Amino acid sequence: MRHLKTAIGLVVTAVMLFPVYWMINVSFTRDQDMRKSPPNWFPVDGTLDGYRAVLDQQLPYLGVSLVVGLGTVALTLLLAAPAAYSLAKLRPRGGGVLSFVLLIAQMIPGIIMAMGFYAIFLSTGVLNTVPGLIVADSTLAVPFAVLILTTFMSGIPEELLQAARTDGAGVLRTFWSIVLPVSRNSIITVSLFAFLWAWSDFIFASTLDQGGDHQPITLGIYHYIGNNNQEWNAIMATAVIASIPATILLVVAQRYVAAGVTAGAVKD
Amino acid sequence: MRSGQWAAWAFLTPVVLYLLVFYAYPLYRNVELSLRNYTVRSFVQGDAPFAGFANYAKVFADATFGPALWHTVVFTLVSLALQFTIGLVLAMFFLKNFRLSATLRGLFLVPWLLPLIVSGSTWSWMLNSDSGVVNAVLAWLGIGPVNWLTSPDWSLWSVIIANIWIGIPFNLVVLYSGLQAIPPAIYEAAALDGANGWQRFWKVTFPLLRPVSAITLLLGLVYTLKVFDIIWIMTKGGPSGSSTTFATWSYRLGFGNLVPSFGPGAAVGNLLIVMALVFGLIYIRAQRRQAPV
Repeated sequence: MRHLKTAIGLVVTAVMLFPVYWMINVSFTRDQDMRKSPPNWFPVDGTLDGYRAVLDQQLPYLGVSLVVGLGTVALTLLLAAPAAYSLAKLRPRGGGVLSFVLLIAQMIPGIIMAMGFYAIFLSTGVLNTVPGLIVADSTLAVPFAVLILTTFMSGIPEELLQAARTDGAGVLRTFWSIVLPVSRNSIITVSLFAFLWAWSDFIFASTLDQGGDHQPITLGIYHYIGNNNQEWNAIMATAVIASIPATILLVVAQRYVAAGVTAGAVKD
Repeated sequence: MRSGQWAAWAFLTPVVLYLLVFYAYPLYRNVELSLRNYTVRSFVQGDAPFAGFANYAKVFADATFGPALWHTVVFTLVSLALQFTIGLVLAMFFLKNFRLSATLRGLFLVPWLLPLIVSGSTWSWMLNSDSGVVNAVLAWLGIGPVNWLTSPDWSLWSVIIANIWIGIPFNLVVLYSGLQAIPPAIYEAAALDGANGWQRFWKVTFPLLRPVSAITLLLGLVYTLKVFDIIWIMTKGGPSGSSTTFATWSYRLGFGNLVPSFGPGAAVGNLLIVMALVFGLIYIRAQRRQAPV
């Protein structure tokens, strides 16, 4: 009976993940087999042409995405960690209202933010720049980060902070030397999500960076689909490479991912 | 105590400023865009004449309005219903601890974590009329090829299928954690009273899961209403507007044409927010009416 359940589970998971398998399979398919009917179910006559094309053409895009992702993580933590400490431990008047505003902020459609940002970026000259994109992408992560970190920091025992205070540590010192180190796991979780969302962002990239010299990988794939819709092995190879951060996230931090989904329940 | 408040707000100031500059101000600019008659030139110079609700009137009178509204409603409700149902069935299945269940549940998160451009392009190729694997399977079953993305009859259903695939993990994970919180003792008591599996689901699981279900559906509703990427990547809202929703329409008005019409685009975007509010309120009222039962 238990084995039967495992068997059903395997089949269901295989069906669910078939598109992922198909992406990988197509990324190894030769051009001449691409339109074969029926298609090759396994990459028997596999080729690395697709991946060679990625190395030739997509590396700059991947580099920009890396920079944008890391920049978004830094900006998000810089804003969210102090705020979460305050909301969790310093009992600011009006903190409840702020938490509610953060909850609502996550629900604003991206297209509306994009249009507002476009108008502002155009007049301030940050349109088509990497810093502009980092700022826009951070709006995907900051509310989530504050809420998750607040939840976690609320669980830090009061005695620990009391002990630090008795030893003469001020608020800032307590934050830096006690709260931040203790919160390491939740900070890692938040960083991983912030990186992933910035890395995956398409709507801000396509509106605020469509004419930029430095474009992220999501636009790299998008141009690929638009320009040469014959070389699907190259497109799918780029897609596979673009999925690496998500895979790392899942392998390294599956526990935290599930916790993040449940706690913040966010996905743009 | 006063110095305590001072420190508390010192730590909050960056995020409050951030919310004002990067949330409140873009929202304000968006409302302003929708109330003025912007052209590319006045967009740069910032001297667009005030137009009142002319942009909204234009949007309501547009031939796209009716179909876009209908597509948005169908897309949202069908996605939501199926994501939730499939997610609940899977959550109940995974609740029975069998070998590999934790690993497989982890793998189910993959579609949710992939960049939407990756999922979108993969589904595009799978649903390709001539060379897609879906039509290859259908041909093997003896069903003729379906023009998933190029026929107006099917394009909306194609993006709904892809969107359901992306949304299942979220529903699975949240409902799973909700099911875990139900104490096993209640099931044992129900079993002792002679309740069969079907009765246990409808009389025990379903009522106790209601709060979690409500949150899952409400969040799902808000997130599904604003889905843009997957539709734009797969069909660009076409062919001939057959998969256009408010989100893609707004994008096309603002960014999709050579001559952008920012005013109407912003107006459609604001209607999307109003729609989310209306849906949300209807939903909360329905929940409240059911609650005393």
